[in-house]
Amino acid sequence: MTYVSTRLPIGGWIDAYVLYQTGEGEPGLCLSLPSQEAPFPRFLSGSISLTGAMSLFSDVPQAPPVAVFKLTADFREDSHPQKVNLGVGAYRTDDCQPWVLPVVKKVERLLVEDESLNHEYLPILGLPEFRSSASKVALGDDNPAFKENRVGAVQALGGTGALRIGADFLCRWYNGVNNAATPVYVSAPTWENHNGVFTDAGFKDIRPYHYWDAAKRGLDLTGLLDNLEKAPEHSIFILHACAHNPTGTDPTQEEWKTIAEVMKRRKLFPFFDSAYQGFASGNLEKDAWAIRFFISQGFELFIAQSFSKNFGLYNERVGNLTVVSKDNENLTRVLSQMEKIVRTTWSNPPSQGARIVSKTLNSPELFAEWKDNVKTMADRVLLMRDQLKSKLLALGTPGTWDHITQQIGMFSFTGLNPKQVEYLIKEKHVYLMASGRINMCGLTSKNIDYVSQAIHEAVTKVQ
Amino acid sequence: MAPPVYDVPQAPPVAVFKLTADFREDSHPQKVNLGVGAYRTDDCQPWVLPVVKKVERLLVEDESLNHEYLPILGLPEFRSSASKVALGDDNPAFKENRVGAVQALGGTGALRIGADFLCRWYNGVNNAATPVYVSAPTWENHNGVFTDAGFKDIRPYHYWDAAKRGLDLTGLLDNLEKAPEHSIFILHACAHNPTGTDPTQEEWKTIAEVMKRRKLFPFFDSAYQGFASGNLEKDAWAIRFFISQGFELFIAQSFSKNFGLYNERVGNLTVVSKDNENLTRVLSQMEKIVRTTWSNPPSQGARIVSKTLNSPELFAEWFDNVKTMADRVLLMRDQLKSKLLALGTPGTWDHITQQIGMFSFTGLNPKQVEYLIKEKHVYLMASGRINMCGLTSKNIDYVSQAIHEAVTKVQ
Repeated sequence: MTYVSTRLPIGGWIDAYVLYQTGEGEPGLCLSLPSQEAPFPRFLSGSISLTGAMSLFSDVPQAPPVAVFKLTADFREDSHPQKVNLGVGAYRTDDCQPWVLPVVKKVERLLVEDESLNHEYLPILGLPEFRSSASKVALGDDNPAFKENRVGAVQALGGTGALRIGADFLCRWYNGVNNAATPVYVSAPTWENHNGVFTDAGFKDIRPYHYWDAAKRGLDLTGLLDNLEKAPEHSIFILHACAHNPTGTDPTQEEWKTIAEVMKRRKLFPFFDSAYQGFASGNLEKDAWAIRFFISQGFELFIAQSFSKNFGLYNERVGNLTVVSKDNENLTRVLSQMEKIVRTTWSNPPSQGARIVSKTLNSPELFAEWKDNVKTMADRVLLMRDQLKSKLLALGTPGTWDHITQQIGMFSFTGLNPKQVEYLIKEKHVYLMASGRINMCGLTSKNIDYVSQAIHEAVTKVQ
Repeated sequence: MAPPVYDVPQAPPVAVFKLTADFREDSHPQKVNLGVGAYRTDDCQPWVLPVVKKVERLLVEDESLNHEYLPILGLPEFRSSASKVALGDDNPAFKENRVGAVQALGGTGALRIGADFLCRWYNGVNNAATPVYVSAPTWENHNGVFTDAGFKDIRPYHYWDAAKRGLDLTGLLDNLEKAPEHSIFILHACAHNPTGTDPTQEEWKTIAEVMKRRKLFPFFDSAYQGFASGNLEKDAWAIRFFISQGFELFIAQSFSKNFGLYNERVGNLTVVSKDNENLTRVLSQMEKIVRTTWSNPPSQGARIVSKTLNSPELFAEWFDNVKTMADRVLLMRDQLKSKLLALGTPGTWDHITQQIGMFSFTGLNPKQVEYLIKEKHVYLMASGRINMCGLTSKNIDYVSQAIHEAVTKVQ
């Protein structure tokens, strides 16, 4: 290996290159670059252009793909005739097709025919009639908080956008100014993007709170309450409003009451993630019980609402950050600061999805049709839960499978271990997350026998 | 009740939206809004481009479309066709496989993802101290976007020469010469906002030469391609020149104005890298940034633009719609200048027709602006910036007269 130290003419931060012999006998060229992460030289693979100049981005590492999308990509490449995708969280019909809700199709036609509509910028905080109707879905039309004028909202880019604006705001203005040290607690496990959103919003201290008890396949309430008791005052807790992702396990109403009592006493901030309202039980009110209870207990809180699943509008990015404050005066100041945050992120939100949802929620007829469409989806999921459990019991698959029907929403935490998951993917072409999470929507009357049999084999053959 | 936890001050409203809000509340029959930057017809109405309306109908009838998540980086056919609009279909950089893109939320979203990426990965890791230069003056949101992306050192570069009402090239070049190496420069691809004053091709060449020598990073903001001159190629000349000179650069493209799709947030961050290998790594990191911001982008606007750009017939129709808008603006520029000259309004008014795009930097001072708003109900930005689209055949006499009064009565 020959080491030559020289300054290349394109930038002061490159100061050595090395010529080396590869194992194949071909001379190769490597570059050694100092970086802040690795003060000693590192070797990169071929970043020399034809002109010999280096790229400004030579030091940028390849990021690993997002696991759930990698899974779907692998699924797509798989040519096995019986392959099943139980990975990404989107609804599928019994023919395993995406489903555009009939009410959505209807409203899209109405909108395109409406000559009074144009494409002028929405206000920074979004379409007013969307924001208010979306908040009403979460809180209930007759929630006293509305009369008290202390509920506001920011139309956001899906649930992610709502979480992000809320997180940006809290990092800047909560518990002091720019207090990035405020602990943020996320459930163990939780949606994989929670950590990233709060980290990129600036928070330095993201911690897990006990949630899933693998041994009993249920909620670890003791551990959760212990975390609440010991969390520093003013810590932020990300709570799943219903249909916990990925476990499908929600606290009971009594458990929620206990959680709320401790949070109030310990002065903890509730930030609800509500991505499945209506989708979980088929009942909007039932799925919003926890949120409404907390509000009735006098909490100031945020709710990141997503309409991706319950409206099937995944790609139009329809979300709403509902803000419940002590009073209107505080609310006004909070929203004014959220405007500043929105302005430097996306300026103002996209119109199409918000118009569809708003038109639907604000029309009694369309609203009823929507609830019906939502129930269709929720019912199919419930049916698949029921059938999967029945078939596993019929097969005599070892273990208990009550959790399949006890869990709620799109996902089920099967309890399968990584080896069993690997077996399912590689040998049976049944794709699921390494955590053992399956999307019930991926099951159909046509594939449920195959999947049940595959799970049975995984459990009996692999330990 | 326990006291609230946060001590949040009221934020001041964004100036341009406050102006429009004040305009709306004004009941004066002859009020004119020359503030916010959106196209208006000669009846002072918003305009949904006919090609957009046509494509929206086609999309709603297309049974093959659904609402499944787009990829994190966006609709592939949108990204590629949008980049082609900026670079030209036959740009060698495409054959060299070194052009990529991130579908983003309007021009703002494109700037933000680019800024987030640069703060994290450019000129070292998390080097928030890299200077970011924005023109003096510039679009009011540039500073905020780069600040919130983490940059600590945002500086002005000389641009507008108020005395000569034109480009301060000497000052600009001086800034370039003295900027620390690797500094980031936000360049307006065409139709500079708010001055409407662009460098000439010769001036761009000089700027590029200095930037190359000083190792400065060009980040183009391209919000008016086609809208400025009515010609897509002409409006992209600077971008294409820089690429031909071998720069790695970013282009934040907006389709808000040239497609009139303001509220669907259609933007594209085009990335031009040295080669495909670097491009791949850059895009993978941009995916991470997008994932924690909006996860994946909205579909509707991107579908409309993509369908249009990818169909020769629709593309031609779009181009025609764009020319309609650009021509009306040029007509208003012409007429405003003529009327001010006819009125004998003191000062020179050549800049009205020399400037390009939606905006004109009138040169009116804050007192004169205040007079126009309060006394004449003509709303414009405190900087003296007017949106030519706010002028119509029906109000241009009133506005000319109002400007004349402002200039003669107020100093």
